[in-house]
Amino acid sequence: MKSVRRTKVAIESATLGRTASTHSLRSANGDEAGGGGGGGGGGGDDWLPPKVLLKPPGQLQLTEAELNEELTRILNANNPHAPQNIARFNHRERVFKASPNVDHLVVHFEFDGYLSYKNVDDSAGGAAVRREESVMAPAGAPAAAESGAGEREAGVPAAGGDAAPDAGEEKAKEEEEKKPKGPLRNQFNFSERASQTTNNPYRERWTNTEPPPQRTFSDTVNQWSIFDAYIEDQLQKEKAKAKAPAGGAGAKGAKDEDKQNILPTETHAEDVYYKNTDLRRALIIIERMANQNTFDEIAQDYKYYEDASDELTPSKGSLLPLWKFLCEKEKRKQVTALCWNSKFSDFFTVGYGSYDFSNQGPGMIAGFTLKNPSYPEFLYVTDSGVMSLDFHPQHHSMIAVGLYDGSVAVYSMQEKSDGPLFKSAPKAGKHTDPVWQVCWQKDDLDGNANFFSISTDGRVTQWTLLKTELNHTDVIKLRLEMKGPQGPGELDAAIDDGQLFSLAGGSCFDFHKNLDHLFVVGTEEGKIFKCSKEYNNQYLLSFEGHQMSVYAVRYNHFHHSIFISASADWSVKLWDHDEAKPIMSFDLNSSVGDIAWAPYSSTVFAAATADGKVCVFDLAENKYEPISEQQVVRKAKLTHIAFNPFEPVLLVGDDKGQVISLKLSPNLRKKSKEDDEATKLRNIILIAKGQSPTD
Amino acid sequence: MADIGSTANLAAADKGAAGAAAPGTDDKESKRNFNYPLVKICDMAEELRVEAVDMVVTAVEKHPGNFEAAAQNIKELMDKRCGNSWHAVVGEGYGFEVTHEMRNLLYMYFGGNLGVLVWKAS
Repeated sequence: MKSVRRTKVAIESATLGRTASTHSLRSANGDEAGGGGGGGGGGGDDWLPPKVLLKPPGQLQLTEAELNEELTRILNANNPHAPQNIARFNHRERVFKASPNVDHLVVHFEFDGYLSYKNVDDSAGGAAVRREESVMAPAGAPAAAESGAGEREAGVPAAGGDAAPDAGEEKAKEEEEKKPKGPLRNQFNFSERASQTTNNPYRERWTNTEPPPQRTFSDTVNQWSIFDAYIEDQLQKEKAKAKAPAGGAGAKGAKDEDKQNILPTETHAEDVYYKNTDLRRALIIIERMANQNTFDEIAQDYKYYEDASDELTPSKGSLLPLWKFLCEKEKRKQVTALCWNSKFSDFFTVGYGSYDFSNQGPGMIAGFTLKNPSYPEFLYVTDSGVMSLDFHPQHHSMIAVGLYDGSVAVYSMQEKSDGPLFKSAPKAGKHTDPVWQVCWQKDDLDGNANFFSISTDGRVTQWTLLKTELNHTDVIKLRLEMKGPQGPGELDAAIDDGQLFSLAGGSCFDFHKNLDHLFVVGTEEGKIFKCSKEYNNQYLLSFEGHQMSVYAVRYNHFHHSIFISASADWSVKLWDHDEAKPIMSFDLNSSVGDIAWAPYSSTVFAAATADGKVCVFDLAENKYEPISEQQVVRKAKLTHIAFNPFEPVLLVGDDKGQVISLKLSPNLRKKSKEDDEATKLRNIILIAKGQSPTD
Repeated sequence: MADIGSTANLAAADKGAAGAAAPGTDDKESKRNFNYPLVKICDMAEELRVEAVDMVVTAVEKHPGNFEAAAQNIKELMDKRCGNSWHAVVGEGYGFEVTHEMRNLLYMYFGGNLGVLVWKAS
């Protein structure tokens, strides 16, 4: 009950002053005899403080009837203490007038806040603000007065009440004295709770564009140059007029003049430079010069390097890798054919295709020269993979080509066109299987060039180049079992069995160097047949020895009855074409892709194997082992090999589309000094046969 | 001798004058004929070239004898037509060496005595 109350009546007249009526009911304890009521609880409630009924001292004693009497009061908003009869002097009318407006506003409670604006320097205002004030409703006090309690300045100290006297003015004075004299401190000094996010740093970004192309231009203007220009122009106009009746040439001339006026960049186009033959030639020379510089070391090796170790080990030789030829376009192709040109010692062609049945595509023929390993001299693209190539021995620019789809074609390097000179018609005599080898033959009696082709469809076909077309003749069909003359009954039986039509798949052939009609054919079955153009039904001889496909057969360049064969059964065999059994056999421990006799010696040949080795044999040195066995490529199979007919250079091609040139060391290119090459080989063969050599 | 010499000289001068007179008239006559634009060198696109020649002709005809105004006019027209930084030279005799953006050069004669150079360079 501790409270300090001060009343402030907000009535204008303030005649009533402050009224505080507070009754402490306890103070009336003694007057009333209500104490007994508390004891009524008795019993278990002893510990409770006794209940005391309190009555105010001056309470009216009312009878039962009076208590029950109903008194009707109406509450309204009018202030009963407000004076009803305020009269003011009206100066205008010079008379007192009753003011009709009575202020009925009564403030029950007023509370001023603690807070003051920080920046306001208000010692006076601060006091007012600090004061806590409460207003006792004057409306309540009169009600008590009515009930007879009367007005009283209460402020009665209650039990334990040390309440300050309610003299508001005194208290206010005290507080004013306590107050510090300086500017009021605001103890509730708030700070703003704004938060700052990081600002992204500014960035600058710019690009430089290329300025438009510029050019300088200079001239001199003067009267005579202008005059000359006009005169020239008029002359040309007259000319054009003179020409105009003759035809539309005049207009053309004028147009040409227009073109001349335009600066040369106008007409600059890409296709100019390589169509100009002179410029093209110059470019080729420059390219070769650049290549010569780039590959200078190799060129020096090619010309001058000889392996010094050959002197120490006379029975061994080595191969020096020179240039590598790789055409960017043929990376995924295999080298399927290699052929040196018959006249130019530095020139060769490479056929690109694929031996993989499931990976066929267009093929290519690229002509390379040793002088430019970086890019082919010419390039033909064929519809199907190239399988074989041959340069004509006399017409050096003619290339016969056998394709995977069974067709053959003839290209001429002299022709400017990209297409073949001749191509076999799809229906007329075309092979039905890949053409594994093509070979030019001597011109026939009419002087027409002709070549032979062999395919796994079992046919050997002669193609004759007529003026407009390619004429074909089947030379022989490779029957599997061709016996001697048969009785008619046997023939029928053979037809019934279908044997007659099962042909051996030819995979390679080679012609006898002297006898035009004679040739040997290697087949996929492993047999080798000696055939003649004269007999198209019969083999002259059948050589048995290979168990798997024969990849190459080659006649010796010097000893005409000797030929050599390479096979997938890892072996190379040397044959006399008059004997059915091989004279010699060499096991190379890998499938032998190709084999070639050296053009300079009768006893030297080289074989390319599928494990990437090149084996060079010289039978005069060693009849059992290669005198040079060298790993040329890794992770690739060698497919073809070719000796340069003039230089000690060997070419090998692999199934990654790469062609490598190798230089033969001196031991590999030994020639016999006294006797001729044919005798040398003959003697060796005689030894091999177990006979004594004869001179 | 001096007299003779001088008279001879005079005669020669006379002759020269007479000789010069004939081509002079011819010159005038032909100059009249020269009243058309003659494009000497132009690497502009055909369309632009035609337009530029037209502009030059109009500008020069608009300001006869006032090369400066004509050049100013040509420059403004060209700027309006195809962007900033055009330059124009109009005159009867001058030498020049300019750097121009490719495909933006016009060098022409007009009226038998004027050389006009228009180019763009920024």
